[in-house]
Amino acid sequence: MARLIALFFMVFALPVLAQSVDRPDPNTATTGPATQSLDDILRRQDNLKVDDSERRAIIGGPEYAPSVDSPLGTRGGASDSDLWRAMRFNNGDISTQNTGPAATVLMQDAGMWWLDIRRGPLQTYGAYLLGGTLLLLALFLLIRGRIRIEGEKTGRTIERFKAFERFGHWLLASSFIVLAITGLISLFGRKVLIPAFGHDAFSTVAIGTKWVHNNISWAFMVALVMIFFFWVMHNLPDKTDLKWLAKGGGIFGGGHPPAKKFNAGQKLIFWAVIVLGGSISISGLSLLFPFEINLFAHTFDLLNGLGAPGWVGMENLPSDLSPQEEMQYAQLWHAIISFVLTAIIFAHIYLGSVGMEGAFDAMGKGEVEEQWAREHHSLWVEEVKAKQRVQPGE
Amino acid sequence: MKAFVLALCAAVVITVGANLILNEIGFSAQDTTSSPSVRLDSDS
Repeated sequence: MARLIALFFMVFALPVLAQSVDRPDPNTATTGPATQSLDDILRRQDNLKVDDSERRAIIGGPEYAPSVDSPLGTRGGASDSDLWRAMRFNNGDISTQNTGPAATVLMQDAGMWWLDIRRGPLQTYGAYLLGGTLLLLALFLLIRGRIRIEGEKTGRTIERFKAFERFGHWLLASSFIVLAITGLISLFGRKVLIPAFGHDAFSTVAIGTKWVHNNISWAFMVALVMIFFFWVMHNLPDKTDLKWLAKGGGIFGGGHPPAKKFNAGQKLIFWAVIVLGGSISISGLSLLFPFEINLFAHTFDLLNGLGAPGWVGMENLPSDLSPQEEMQYAQLWHAIISFVLTAIIFAHIYLGSVGMEGAFDAMGKGEVEEQWAREHHSLWVEEVKAKQRVQPGE
Repeated sequence: MKAFVLALCAAVVITVGANLILNEIGFSAQDTTSSPSVRLDSDS
């Protein structure tokens, strides 16, 4: 009974005891530099920048080591907290049997912003860009209609692209389309395909698309080099381009401005493919061989040296990047530039097929209707005819 | 059209070939980032 009474008092007295303890006021509690303060935690929860530079540096070291004959003297001057802090901020001297270049980074905390962008704005704005481009093209077709051959067709054709040129074009085009589709599957898989088809089905698809995306990239890169050499001479800018651009390519009427083999619009497509396709290839190679090709720390360093971030009111870009951060930047860059190039290619596919009568023949058969050529590439037709006059046998 | 079909065939050949070559010369991420005692595949 006495025990029961004692228990009764304990149960009811404990909360009173607990309440009677003086708690420190959290707002006035001070912490040492090794511990994060309440203010730090609140700032982090509000997504504000936390200055943890002092905390990062407190990782002990030989200079703090007690002498070898004192307790803990062989630990090199780092307490348990110091060691964990070193791992937390990737400042520790880690050695590992793993041969991977990023294996010594046990924790990297720069991944969340990347993940947030990848699953947020990258997908949202990417979808807007591609969807918006398709809408604009549909609107253009509704308003302008198909661009017809205006004059009477001659029934004669002119060779526009040789077989090897068409081969290069279609190698680039087919690999690009496969890369775009598999790339979009990889990016939108978690948000769109897993909810629709489930994890198991998507797993098979993801493994397949990754394999195809990684390996067909070589066909894209080979074709990119091919078409560069085929057509670079025809795509150097000249003054006919200015006249063509001034008339808006004659796309809304007002007659067809003269153009050589490629008009200014086609030249813009060519250089977009070369420059953006080249950039996608380089960032793709960086992702294909993880941690081997690091592009961004060096680039950011160069930009900082030029003061470029200041031009748009930004702070200096980070130039001390972990291997994982390099991959994160490479992935974002690869995806953003791919979205832009895909939108441009939508317009290219549209004009080369439904958008313009007679245009597809150039890449389909290699031969174009002479009247089409006279309307869209008048200077080129003159060149071809002049050559034929010089070499009538050919 | 022949050029288009040839290009498709070339894309397939390059895709399969690239995979074979890279695997053959030990360029897979698995080979480059782990030692032989690490088993990442269930069948290796």
